[in-house]
Amino acid sequence: MSIANYLVLAAVLFTIGAVGVLVRRNAIVVFMCVELMLNSVNLTLVTFARSTGTLDGQLIAFFVMVVAAAEVVVGLAIIMSIYRTRRSASVDDANLLKY
Amino acid sequence: MSETLPATGLLGASWLLIALPLAGAAVLLLGGRRTDRWGHLLGTGTVVAAFVLGLACTVQLAGLDERSVDVDLFTFLQTGSLDVRAGLLFDPLSAVFVLLITGVGALIHVYSIGYMAHDPARRRFFAYLNLFVAAMLLLVLGNSYVALYVGWEGVGLASYLLIAFWYTRPAAATAAKKAFVMNRVGDVGLALAVFVMFAQLGTTSYAGVLGNVGLLAGGTVTALGLLLLLGACGKSGQFPLQAWLPDAMEGPTPVSALIHAATMVTAGVYLIARSAPIYDASPTARTVVLAIGAITLMIGAIAGCAQDDIKKVLAYSTVSQIGYMFLAVGLGPVGYVAGLAHLLTHGFFKAGLFLGAGSVMHGMGEQTDMRRYGGLAGKMKITFVTFGLGYLALIGFPLLSGYWTKDAIIEAALDRGGVSGWLLAGVAVLGAGLTAFYMTRLMLLTFFGRPRWEGVDGNPPPTPHESPGVMTVPMIVLAVGSVAAGFLLVRVFPLADWLAPVFGPEAEAAEHVLPPLLVSVLVTLVVALGALVAWLFVGRREVPVIAPVRVSPVVRAARQALYADVVNESLLMRPGMWLTRALVFVDNRGVDGVVNGAAAALGGSSSRLGRVQTGFVRSYALGMLGGAVVIAGALVAVTAG
Repeated sequence: MSIANYLVLAAVLFTIGAVGVLVRRNAIVVFMCVELMLNSVNLTLVTFARSTGTLDGQLIAFFVMVVAAAEVVVGLAIIMSIYRTRRSASVDDANLLKY
Repeated sequence: MSETLPATGLLGASWLLIALPLAGAAVLLLGGRRTDRWGHLLGTGTVVAAFVLGLACTVQLAGLDERSVDVDLFTFLQTGSLDVRAGLLFDPLSAVFVLLITGVGALIHVYSIGYMAHDPARRRFFAYLNLFVAAMLLLVLGNSYVALYVGWEGVGLASYLLIAFWYTRPAAATAAKKAFVMNRVGDVGLALAVFVMFAQLGTTSYAGVLGNVGLLAGGTVTALGLLLLLGACGKSGQFPLQAWLPDAMEGPTPVSALIHAATMVTAGVYLIARSAPIYDASPTARTVVLAIGAITLMIGAIAGCAQDDIKKVLAYSTVSQIGYMFLAVGLGPVGYVAGLAHLLTHGFFKAGLFLGAGSVMHGMGEQTDMRRYGGLAGKMKITFVTFGLGYLALIGFPLLSGYWTKDAIIEAALDRGGVSGWLLAGVAVLGAGLTAFYMTRLMLLTFFGRPRWEGVDGNPPPTPHESPGVMTVPMIVLAVGSVAAGFLLVRVFPLADWLAPVFGPEAEAAEHVLPPLLVSVLVTLVVALGALVAWLFVGRREVPVIAPVRVSPVVRAARQALYADVVNESLLMRPGMWLTRALVFVDNRGVDGVVNGAAAALGGSSSRLGRVQTGFVRSYALGMLGGAVVIAGALVAVTAG
């Protein structure tokens, strides 16, 4: 099976994730889209690791997963806290940090 | 210059002459209110002590063969090759001035005790008077132009403080500033002259400069003479720097008597007489002195004719009389003694006149407008008599002081010969006639005629009364001086012999153009004519209490003192203000503009850049995506290309 299929799938997933981050307002959905982009990258890394026969890519994929898990913990906590104070999970409402 | 001797005996202590009044000023200024009760007595005491010491020094000086004593004190400045010693030169010329300053000064101090009795700041007044006397004594006693300059500036400072003594009055504060600024113009000339001496001769002592005038180029000597003359004009209120002197009458009257009659304004004459060798070597500079003296004596006399303020009349009279002295010293060796004799007698009668005017004002509730006087002769008998004697001395009534000394100047001018001699003598005689006119007018307005002082402007009428004895006694002494000084100085103790060591033996004119007796008769006739005209114009008619508005252009010009202030304002003040405004504009808009503009440009652009931070996370994400795409595209392009 050619690696092109994997790469195309990864590109599609990444695009869906990126578009989701840009167009959705709900913080939870934006968060899931970010996860989607991370996992598409993981897929790319693993694909190349398999095709070159080295373990570097797989190693980095594990790192990404660990970081993603930590990020989810912190991110969800922030979203919870914002939701409690503002009664909204829209990312556009949380725009106080500006000029 | 004759040889100078080291100081011995009492003359070695002549520095006390300056130190005594200076110590008095220091005690009174630093002592504060604690000295209020006895401050005036201390102030008067120091000046009287200085007078006694000056008299003793003069007597000792008269007994010496070489009547010139140098008192070396200490090193004033030492830098590189420049070494200025502070020292005093006690010679006949400075002795004359010391006696005039301390003598008349002491009388004026005594008078001030009474005149300022009701002023809460009398102690401060005496402190300033003492400071003034100390500075003036340093001016005439210093043995170098640097010492003279220190005294010169000290006199300027003290006169500023005294003119602005009643500083809450805007007129007094303005007059003091005007005097200070115009004096500064003259002082620049004196300072430049001192610089020229340093540069050309490396010394500023009288001995070093005046003994070596011959080493200098002709142009340098002329420049020195003209620069010194500029300084003299500033201090003595001579054309074109005369406008400050009449305004300075805003100070208390004893100040007018001390500064603007007897001492400070004579500093210019002293400077020129002291620098005689410079003027002897430069006919050009001497001619300018002559011209300035002649112009000033006419300006002062004309302006004096139309003033209504009693002190302003006397002030313009001072300007005019000092013009006579400049004229005299400008004549050269024949005139030095005549000019100094006139200076001395003028010191007596003008101080007496000012004190008399102060006494009149004292009795009339500080009223100075002569149109509000009239008929005071019976109310203030002592003031009337002493003032009258001063008046007669000033106009040159035969055998009184002014007659001896003013006629001597006119004769000296005539003996110059030629057209210029006749012209100068003519101006001097005309000035004498005008002097008689304005002084007679002053007498008639003040002491004769119908009383015009009842109830002015709704105020209760003043109650004219004679001043207390502490004020009248100095006036009597000065009146005696006004009567006798001229005769004594010309005939009994000839000033010419006394000053011979300084100016050399008197240069007797080879031949008089007109016999002296004829000149005296002529001058007396002109004076009588002036007095008669004054009586016709003022004495015979009713005097309006308000000055008439519709008057001839001549009177209007004279009231404005020949537009001296207008000329100063339009020629100097306004262009100066324009220049200042232009410079301020360039500074604010140009220099500040560049600096502030750069800061504003940076601040503005940064705040505009800050607008990019909208707070919308998704727009940041778009930015990051765009950036990542650009970087990736660039990498692809670089690798592929």
